[in-house]
Amino acid sequence: MNEPRITIYTPDSLIINPLRMVREMLRDLIASRELAWRLTVRDISAQYRQTFLGFFWAIILPLANTLVWIFLSRSGVVNVSDTILPYPVYVFTGTMLWAILMDALNAPLQMISASKSMLAKINFPREALIVAGIYQTMVNAMIKVALLLAALLAMGIYPDWNVLLFPIGLFSLILAGTVIGLALAPVGLLYADVGKAIPLLMQFLMYLTPVVFAMPKEGLPATVFQLNPLTPLILTARDWLTGLVPEYLGYFVVVNVVAFVLLLVFWVVFRLAMPILIERMGS
Amino acid sequence: MGDTLIKVEGLSKKFCRNLKKSMWYGMQDIGSELLGRRHGADGVLRPDEFWAIRDISFELKRGECLGLIGHNGAGKTTLLRMLNGLIRPDLGRIEMHGRVGALIALGAGFNPILTGRENIYVNAAVLGMSKHHVDSKLDEIIDFAEIRDFIDAPVQTYSSGMNVRLGFAIAAVLIEPDILFLDEVLAVGDVSFAIKCLNAVRKMTNKSAVVFVSHNMQQISRFCTRVMVMNHGSVLLDSPNTADGIDQYYGLIQHKCVTSGNGGAEILDVELLVNNRDAGSQEPTLPHGAELGVRIRLRINNGRSGANMNVNIVDAAMNQIVTMPMYNSEGQLNLFPPGVLEVRVPVGVIELASGKYSITIGVVDSDTKAVLTRVQGLSPFRIISDQVHWGMVVRHVVPQNVEILTSP
Repeated sequence: MNEPRITIYTPDSLIINPLRMVREMLRDLIASRELAWRLTVRDISAQYRQTFLGFFWAIILPLANTLVWIFLSRSGVVNVSDTILPYPVYVFTGTMLWAILMDALNAPLQMISASKSMLAKINFPREALIVAGIYQTMVNAMIKVALLLAALLAMGIYPDWNVLLFPIGLFSLILAGTVIGLALAPVGLLYADVGKAIPLLMQFLMYLTPVVFAMPKEGLPATVFQLNPLTPLILTARDWLTGLVPEYLGYFVVVNVVAFVLLLVFWVVFRLAMPILIERMGS
Repeated sequence: MGDTLIKVEGLSKKFCRNLKKSMWYGMQDIGSELLGRRHGADGVLRPDEFWAIRDISFELKRGECLGLIGHNGAGKTTLLRMLNGLIRPDLGRIEMHGRVGALIALGAGFNPILTGRENIYVNAAVLGMSKHHVDSKLDEIIDFAEIRDFIDAPVQTYSSGMNVRLGFAIAAVLIEPDILFLDEVLAVGDVSFAIKCLNAVRKMTNKSAVVFVSHNMQQISRFCTRVMVMNHGSVLLDSPNTADGIDQYYGLIQHKCVTSGNGGAEILDVELLVNNRDAGSQEPTLPHGAELGVRIRLRINNGRSGANMNVNIVDAAMNQIVTMPMYNSEGQLNLFPPGVLEVRVPVGVIELASGKYSITIGVVDSDTKAVLTRVQGLSPFRIISDQVHWGMVVRHVVPQNVEILTSP
């Protein structure tokens, strides 16, 4: 064995010693890789072993959503302005990408809540839960993307070389979702209100993002759509996938840089908050 | 060997009684943590808060085993959770040297859908073990848990005994800690498995500093080189003499006097007689092997039929250890006539394991068998013994005619 490890616990805030904190964060992140992978394998195999339809569940929700919107626009109940892509393609790619974002967003709170009893009794790197959530989102995203590609080809949309850039779009969606989810998790663990409010708010946010609606051309809606940081993520990912030229590449890069910085910030918040939350959650 | 592995100084922790406030304080604590302020409002009690742990200090060396005893809610588990780094102290300091392991929450992270084998890997990962390490110990784990035939069946098909056996086996085989925490884990499985667990734990305890929480005083006295009696978050006694600590703990146990029945009889007074002398004091301490008698004064007023009576000795966990139905010389249940009576019950030589006991008296109508009165928690007394033995009744025997058949 190497140098005996010294562990010290005091009431002092961990943030007053940033160097030590960063060292511990990296140490825990490295230590959590194996556990995160195990948790992912556990959850995914358990998830699909107990279902009849299996992997189909990863895509059934966006699929249903797509059908609803195609029906609404065909029947004229909702008037959707013209899109460059055929509307079914537009809506299907949009809802699929949005579903990936939502998966990533829900993962942190979901993973932590599901592991409450473990958190209350065992000291393991808490980062593992977040990483496992990201892994799971990615696995489910793969399934969605595979189906999406198949559907695109079937509908006569042939992606060009830009499709090789699509993984970047995918990662930025997962990054953005994880950042939001990680930010909400500490409060969400104490107050159940957060968990209840998320679906509502995200539904609303979806209508302000070019998921099922096309980008409005003018007026207040146009401004809102353009400012919405999720807009460039959805649009760019969709453009790369369907062989169009992305329009919002600049904003896309900005959003990603900001999201990455926020990820580090909320990681610190999460670490500092966890012992306090565990104390308040009880066992 | 002999190096100090745990150093705890002035440790305190507060909890909140009110859920809404507790949630709000949690938010405040996160806020102050981010601003770099000290945790938990700098050791000041906020409304509805109380000290769950108050000013605890101790040191523990390698090879020592500290037994934590006290009532539920005395702060044992909270102390353990702080040592384990799950929650942060509000005051004080904890310093630990070496690898920390815990036998708590056995089988954490088990997923019922997955097989035993898959769950071994999940649980081991939670404990921080690499796949490589588990691979090399897999057979040992399966054999320890005695579930080879079921290892590829989903854990949800396991009996609860198999579940804890697997959980214990994973932890016991894999971890090699310098510091070990045990919280009521030795009560797993059947007797033969429990013995296996005890041996496994003893092997670990020899090499490490151990903090051991249990309500089982026999385990405490077997394992611990030191006991700490906790009450309301403070340390009442920290002593290398485990018998002292256990006696102190028994002193804390209240045998509540509870009366039930239809009121057809009334226990007026109960006195203990030790070696034919009045035991007198509030809570007498009896040496093992003392002669015990009970003098009961009671009133029976159920009209004409009279009553039967029995006297029981009950332990701290309210288990009825000895029951003494009263017979007459003809071998029939003795009939006590109505009126105010004084009865002397010769209990005889007390051969109970050390612990705290009290008397329960039941008076039953001899015709209808209706319970006239039943009073528990009377005349609590303690049995002390230098030696600790397993078993409710401890009878010292002297072997006779020891013959040496072959010499080594």
